[in-house]
Parts: sequence; C-alpha cells; structure tokens
Amino acid sequence: MKSNTQLLAQVTEFIGYEADLLDHKGYKEWLSLWTDSGLYIVPADLNETDYLNALNLALDDAEMRNLRVARLQNGESVSAMSVGNTVRMMSRVRILEAGEEAVMARCAMTLNELRHGKLVSYPANVEYILRPTSEGFKMEQKVVKLLHADGFLRTVSFIF
Amino acid sequence: MNEENKTMTELIDIQNISLKAAELVEEGRVHKSLYSDPAIFEEELDKVFNNTWVFVGHESEVPEAGSFKTAYIGRQPVILSRDRQMNLHVLENRCKHRGATVCEARKGKTKAFTCPYHGWGYGLDGSLRALPKPEEYAGVFDKSEMPLESLRVETYRGMVFATFKKDIEPLEDFLGGARKWIDLFMKQGGGYPVKVLGEHRFNFPGNWKIQLENTTDAYHFPIVHKSFVTSLDEATADIFDFLDGEGFVEDLGNGHSVMVMIPQLVDLEADLDQPIPARFAQLAQELRNEGKSEAEVRKLVRAAHGTGFNLNLFPNVSCSMAFFRVLRPVSVGETEIQHVALGGEGAPAPFNRKRMRLHEHFQGPMGFGTPDDGEAWERVQKGAMAGPDGWILVNRGMNNLHDSPDGNVAGAVCSETGMRGAYRQYKKMMAAGEGK
Repeated sequence: MKSNTQLLAQVTEFIGYEADLLDHKGYKEWLSLWTDSGLYIVPADLNETDYLNALNLALDDAEMRNLRVARLQNGESVSAMSVGNTVRMMSRVRILEAGEEAVMARCAMTLNELRHGKLVSYPANVEYILRPTSEGFKMEQKVVKLLHADGFLRTVSFIF
Repeated sequence: MNEENKTMTELIDIQNISLKAAELVEEGRVHKSLYSDPAIFEEELDKVFNNTWVFVGHESEVPEAGSFKTAYIGRQPVILSRDRQMNLHVLENRCKHRGATVCEARKGKTKAFTCPYHGWGYGLDGSLRALPKPEEYAGVFDKSEMPLESLRVETYRGMVFATFKKDIEPLEDFLGGARKWIDLFMKQGGGYPVKVLGEHRFNFPGNWKIQLENTTDAYHFPIVHKSFVTSLDEATADIFDFLDGEGFVEDLGNGHSVMVMIPQLVDLEADLDQPIPARFAQLAQELRNEGKSEAEVRKLVRAAHGTGFNLNLFPNVSCSMAFFRVLRPVSVGETEIQHVALGGEGAPAPFNRKRMRLHEHFQGPMGFGTPDDGEAWERVQKGAMAGPDGWILVNRGMNNLHDSPDGNVAGAVCSETGMRGAYRQYKKMMAAGEGK
C-alpha cells in the first residue's frame, strides 16, 4: 500500500484526541464523536468476530453509550466515584484500509488506572472504523481487544 | 507438672484457637475473622470444597463427544470431559507421572489429554492410553493402574456437579428442596433447552463468603444498584422496586436458599397472556418477522426476562435470575467469579441476542451492576480488618419468620434468611471432624 502520511497523521491525531477526552472525562464531547449507528465494543472472546451474536464485556449502541456516560457521572454509582484517574498511551497506529467511506485503523493501547491507591494496567489492541465527515472523523466502530479479555479482570468503571 | 504450674499459653491451646471456625458462626452473626483468617480459609478448602458437591459446569459447555472444559474445585484444577459414549467425567488435572497439568485450555474438543512434560496420553475418561518408551515400566506397573483420578460426577437439569467425597449422598438428595426451583429456572430457554452462551470473568479482593451472601441479599439492591435502576425504563424500574413487594427468602436446607424478588416472574410458562413490555417490543417484532406464532412470541418474550428469583446453591453456584453465578475461592482475600450467560439451544437468534445484551447491561466487569457490587465487597473485606474483634450481622428479619407452603423457614424478601441458612451449613461442615 502506498504510504499516506497525511491520512496517518489525521488518524493519529483523532485517536490521540479521543484518548485525551476519555482520560479527562470529556464524555459529552466523546459522545459527539460517534455516528448514529456506531458501536463501542469490548469483546470477551478475542476469536469472535460476530459481535452482535456473541457475549461481550460491552456492546454499546448510541443509547447504551449515553446510559454508560450518565452512570459514570450522575453520582449514583459507588464504583464510578472510586475511580481515580486513567492515563492511556496510544501508539503503533496503522491504517489497515483507506476508502472514501471509511478508514480502518489499528493501534496499541496501554491504559493505566489508579484505583484505591493501586495501579492497574490494561494493554489492548484497539480497532477503529472511522467515517470521514465535514466535521472530521466519526467513529462507526471501536473495538477494544484487551490482552486479558478472557481472564479474570478487575471491575471497570471508566471507558476504554 | 500440675495445672497451677502451667503458663497461660500452655493452658490455652493456642495452635488450635484459630481453627475453631464453627464457633465463630452464631445464628444471627458471624465473626469477621471468617473473611480474613488464612488458617480458616485452608480449613474451608478441606472441609467445605473438598467435601461436598461443587458445580463445575453446564452440559451444554461439553456438547459433543470429545468436548471438554477446565474448572476448579476450590484450588484444585479439574477437567470436565465427555467421552465417545457421551458419558461425563470430571478428572483431576494432574499427570500421574510427575504431576504436570495435562490440559491448560479453557475449553475445546480433543481426542486425548497429553502431558507436555513426558508425553503421557490420557483418554477422555482419564484412562492412561500411551506413554513414550513404556518398556522401562514393564513389571513396574500396568497402564490400567495409572488413570487420571476421577471424581464422582452427577447432573441435575444439565447442571454438572462433582465431588471428591466418594461416599456423599446423591446429588438429588443434596439439592433437596432446591430442585423445584432449578426446574423453574430452566424454563427460561423459552421452550428450548437452556444453553451457555458465554461468560464474564472477574475477581475481587475479598473473601468468597462475601459473594455467597450477596446473592441472597435483596437489601443492597436499591442502594448499590441505584445507577443501574436509573438506566432502566420506568416500567422495568418498577419491577426492580421489590423491597416492599410480596417477595420472600426461603431456607431450602443444606445451605441452599431462594430469594424471590419478583413473584410474577417465578413461573415463566404462566401468564402468557400478559401485555408485552415496551423493552421487549422490538424482540417480539423480530420474532414475528421470523415467522414465529403469537403464542411462541409470547413464550419467548416472557422467558427473555429471566426468572424473578435467585437460587443460591451452597457452596459455589447460584441460579441468579437469568445466569449462573459461579464463585471460586483463590485465597482468604481473593475470589474469582464467573457470570455465565444463558439462552436457548436452537432458539431464534433475536432471542439469544436479547439475552446477551441484557446480561451485558448488568453483569460482568463492565456491566452497570457488577462494578458497584465489587466496590461494596472490597469495602467489606477492608473493613473486616478494623478492630481487634467484630461481628458481621446476618440477623435481619429474624423477628418476622413464617413457614413456607413447602414447610421451610421463610422471611421477608430483604431478610437475611438465606445467609443464615448458608452459614448453618457452613458451621455444620466446619464442625465435622473436630475433636478427632
């Protein structure tokens, strides 16, 4: 594939922007980064590709994303209130497919969470399907493939 | 030496003091050291987990000849397998030669379990089939003497239990009054056999009994799960507002109990003429689009709710509304939990999809319910370290008990009747063999 440094720079910028919003709990803006049909998926089985017909750790359409954000912010969830902060590094960004309708990209993520004074680390591969729009990219799909997806995870009260 | 000359430490049997776990359980309270004393934990593995029927899986997880899954009984790794005659086996996951595990996969299909160390190969029934260079064992032993150790295994309505205790009562007797509730629970396949669709796994830094108690604890629901209830539509939120309702907790004996939160959802094959709730309208339409009759649509929609009760089976599994909750004690302060999602074998895809989406909504490490449970349990474990002495109260509703139609003790839905039943069984098992 011909290298397209401009596209790579745009995608990398978008991924960094999204990561920054999530680490700084800019959830309202984050919600606006999605298409109406977009899906936020954290699979439980890394061999699965038919996410709708499989059990996932999370499979959020627009309604569930809104509810998830509300839960993290409305002060009713004791676990959400216990989350300290998260810091995530996004790197190794690669464009897998570049079309006019959609750009598929993959990157590495290491998310660190501080909870009750303890650091917990979540390495993952993250796959994006991005739709170019007049307002920049919108997410059609984001799949967070946790390295430890089929292991015994700690509970999660933030957004990957 | 006469008694007067003995020092205090000689008079008190210091070594055995922490082992009297049974004395730390009273009818309405349990001592906090049951959550934190490593010696008690070791004793529990021996006297409870190695000494009773323990849930290891569901038959649908090993559907074909050659299917297997790995599991644990307490700390002991085991394999649940199905042989070519379709018989189920539960085998110790330990090569008879030098002790390596012979299977590390979570689940799969195989013809044999082969030890990676020296290549000893075992059949699905645990028999030793082949080993490299067998001539060095000629006259030393015969292969037939070296199978993987087998546990006793029995099933009820697809639930597979195993035990190290060879002379234990039959599983059906152990389940006793819980069987009726398992029968009701299995109606949620919507006319199809109940099938495992997948599972969520998470751990929490706390003792296993905190989870055991929680499944029969309705009292916490509106507090801990307020954010979940907020995320529901109004009609569904009303259904989950059950503390003042007609629900109850019934002690079923042998440590088992049932907590009925939503009485109208006890029998999923009754009241099929009820209107279809708004949250299932889309499912109903998808089922109609697949050509299902109105009667079948109603049956599937009602089954999709899951049952209105939690059936707690001592010591490690609960049939919890719509899923199996399986616990495993890892150490005195760490517990692993599986939330096993259920659907119907051969059921329409929209039905199983809806069941998985509902499971994801509350269960697992990213659900809207589990993280808040985990937070509360972590606090219990931490709080249990405070002070030199202290008790955990399980006496709620002791003032308001009645006999159930089945002749069992029952209390209000938010009573701690189920916890008391579980601790009565725990006390009995922990006391067994004392004074030997």
